[in-house]
Amino acid sequence: MTVTSCNIQKPNLGEVIEKYKEFPGSLLDLLHEVQEIDGYLSRDVMQQIAEGLGISESKVYGVATFYSLFKTAPTGQFIIRICESAPCHIRGAQEVLEAIEETLGIKPGETTLDGKFTLEFTSCLGLCGVAPAIMINDQVYGNLTSDRVKEVLLNF
Amino acid sequence: MTIYRSHVLVCGGTPCVLKGARTLKDLLLKEIERYQLSDEIRVVETGCLGPCDDGPVLIVYPEGAMYSKLKPTDILKIVEHHLLKGRIVEELVFRERKSSAGALQGSAVPLEQEKYLSLQKRVVLRNCGRINPDSIDEYIANNGYLALGQAVTTLTSDQVVKIVADSKLQGRGGAGFPTGLKWSFTAKTTSDQKYIICNADEGEPGTFKDRLIMEGDPHGIIEGMAIAGYAVGASQGIIYIRGEYGLSIERMKNAIKQATDYGLLGKKILGTEFNFEIDVRSGAGAYVCGEETALIESLEGNRGEPRVKPPFPGIAGLWGKPTIVNNVETLANIAPIILNGPEWFRSIGTENCPGTKVFTMLGDINNQGLVEVPMGITLREIVYEVGGGIPGGRGFKMAQTGGTSGGCLPSEFLDMPMDYDTLSKVGSALGSGAMLIIDDTHCIVDVLKSFMKFFCHESCGKCTPCREGTTRLYEIVLALSEGTATDTEIQLLKELSGAMQLSALCGLGQSAPNSLLTCLNFFADEFQAHLNGQCPSGICKNLTIESEAV
Amino acid sequence: MKSLEDLKKVREQARQMTGLRGDQEQTKIIVGMGTCGIAAGARETMKAILDELNKRNLTEVTITQTGCLGLCEQEPIVEVEVPGEPRIIYGKISAEKARQIVSKHLVNNNIIGEWVIGRK
Repeated sequence: MTVTSCNIQKPNLGEVIEKYKEFPGSLLDLLHEVQEIDGYLSRDVMQQIAEGLGISESKVYGVATFYSLFKTAPTGQFIIRICESAPCHIRGAQEVLEAIEETLGIKPGETTLDGKFTLEFTSCLGLCGVAPAIMINDQVYGNLTSDRVKEVLLNF
Repeated sequence: MTIYRSHVLVCGGTPCVLKGARTLKDLLLKEIERYQLSDEIRVVETGCLGPCDDGPVLIVYPEGAMYSKLKPTDILKIVEHHLLKGRIVEELVFRERKSSAGALQGSAVPLEQEKYLSLQKRVVLRNCGRINPDSIDEYIANNGYLALGQAVTTLTSDQVVKIVADSKLQGRGGAGFPTGLKWSFTAKTTSDQKYIICNADEGEPGTFKDRLIMEGDPHGIIEGMAIAGYAVGASQGIIYIRGEYGLSIERMKNAIKQATDYGLLGKKILGTEFNFEIDVRSGAGAYVCGEETALIESLEGNRGEPRVKPPFPGIAGLWGKPTIVNNVETLANIAPIILNGPEWFRSIGTENCPGTKVFTMLGDINNQGLVEVPMGITLREIVYEVGGGIPGGRGFKMAQTGGTSGGCLPSEFLDMPMDYDTLSKVGSALGSGAMLIIDDTHCIVDVLKSFMKFFCHESCGKCTPCREGTTRLYEIVLALSEGTATDTEIQLLKELSGAMQLSALCGLGQSAPNSLLTCLNFFADEFQAHLNGQCPSGICKNLTIESEAV
Repeated sequence: MKSLEDLKKVREQARQMTGLRGDQEQTKIIVGMGTCGIAAGARETMKAILDELNKRNLTEVTITQTGCLGLCEQEPIVEVEVPGEPRIIYGKISAEKARQIVSKHLVNNNIIGEWVIGRK
């Protein structure tokens, strides 16, 4: 595994596991919290979770890869999620996508060389009232045009 | 407690916040301070006020004047003219609520804008935009928790179930199953533990009503859940909110804490033997978890794959215990039904589908946003009256009702009443209430491509009809848009769709072909044109425009 | 909160906070707040009314302001409108007089005839 910027052995992984251990069904909540540490769930981390909870590694991996908010590989510092659902499509999401691709030089599923941005598709963000919309990490942006999205990206 | 002469309600819904509502609120407070009006005017941040397309918006009471599309300079004007001098800044007014004081000032509101409000009937959204969602006191002031109080102190569990059954309330998540019937199954089952789950995993494209209810009136949901718990004998509630809804999670958690502090949740509620607690859990990005058994799998920490039914969750759900899964909007209807009675509820809407429905209006429509109207309103009223028509005066091509899993209706259906029964008869669905309006500049095949790609991506992969079917449907529609499809493939689309509707494990695969089938039915010409290598709208890049070819 | 009565008590207290946003007919006090009104001391009048309402806990009253009525010499002007009754317009209302309007007119329903300059 070629990970440079993250320290998998951060002490709080154990604490997080300990915290959820007693609650049946809390695997998703646990993964959310663990992902906060490194920004993704490495194989190592998933092994430790499996051990800590006394469940199989394949179960942890299966859950982690089922949900789109969990990452099993390092991503850019900022994840750009562009909505590809119909309401955004009707309102010009394609144009916004092309503007992002052009500005950052990456396609959906890719990360910029400097490790700053990852671009990916998402289904409806529930921001149809201000379509087309994107989400960058926790922040949401709506009413985008190709020009406006370029402006937004400049702020990062 | 202080009396103010004026309350300014600033919309704190996500769309308005995106457009800078927080900055405007800060400026507003600063200006009010500058004019030394802080003792006279109270500024409150509320949940969504509705017309998201025209945000940021704020309302000044007692006049009830709503200002829209606000810029910082507008705030200066509003403070100086309206708040200081008492003159409504007419050029900034979006529309006025009917309010006695407003009449004094005269009204310059264009008729079509007033329709936005006059056609609405707010039951579920009764408090959205009127109260501060972070204040339990404001909720209580509007008779909040009174329904719970009356239920637990004066009604038996059976009586509560009967009231809800008599109201004929149907589940507002999409399927329209009678809520009272669902409750009665679980109420009859004996078990040491039962669960009430609020399904707030709102993922249907074009739907954001649940987010607005959670952001605008979180206590309404809590009260509905507690009443459900009392009715069926459950002491544990869980709200499952999709992971993308950060603000909803925050607001719900805060509201639960306040209710617990007031003793409205917890042990021995209002001095009775009824105990009820609520937990908030969040999803992690999977559309299929909106399906109730997939949601339960997810709550148990598993991949969110649907279960084979029966048994239904009402009998064996979370951890094998009887579990009610209700949508946010359904639960928000419960308290008003208890307070006003089932007859009142049945007096709204249509005979078979009473009550109101929250619709989200999107796509090619002037007033994008959400409205709550009585069931049975026509599509025409939604598009041309409440929704303000289609931008640029372009023509109506079709509306997809019920989100991406719903069907598409052409203009012949504009005067059809919108309710669960009528829509399912024509192969569409009321579903979650999303109304995607598409004007005549769009290509049916191109739009379908977007719908099919969505299902292809969101199919969970557990059952073959859905996993393979959604992929094949997408491939064929893609071929149509590129001009490489043939008659055989149209035939295949129909066959495959039929097979999926019959054999897919859950609603996702069963409803995925709805839009396709309705379009094949109502827009056959346009499919034929694509088979001939023409795209009449000129959207599909590899094809010629019909007019050139003729 | 231990009973339904406790809940109702909290509701009554909380209502005072939000009563302003209701749609029901309420008694209204309108203070003329044009430039001339403000120059004549209408802001002090307004503050006194608010203060008096607060003290007496009169939550079912709407206070609004309006522009100049054109009777500048009579400013500050205060209008009182009780639902179902003609609107009473008072002229030259200082802060002190304003307090009396609240106590006599609003609370005891006695119109103070000598200050009235018009009825609508």
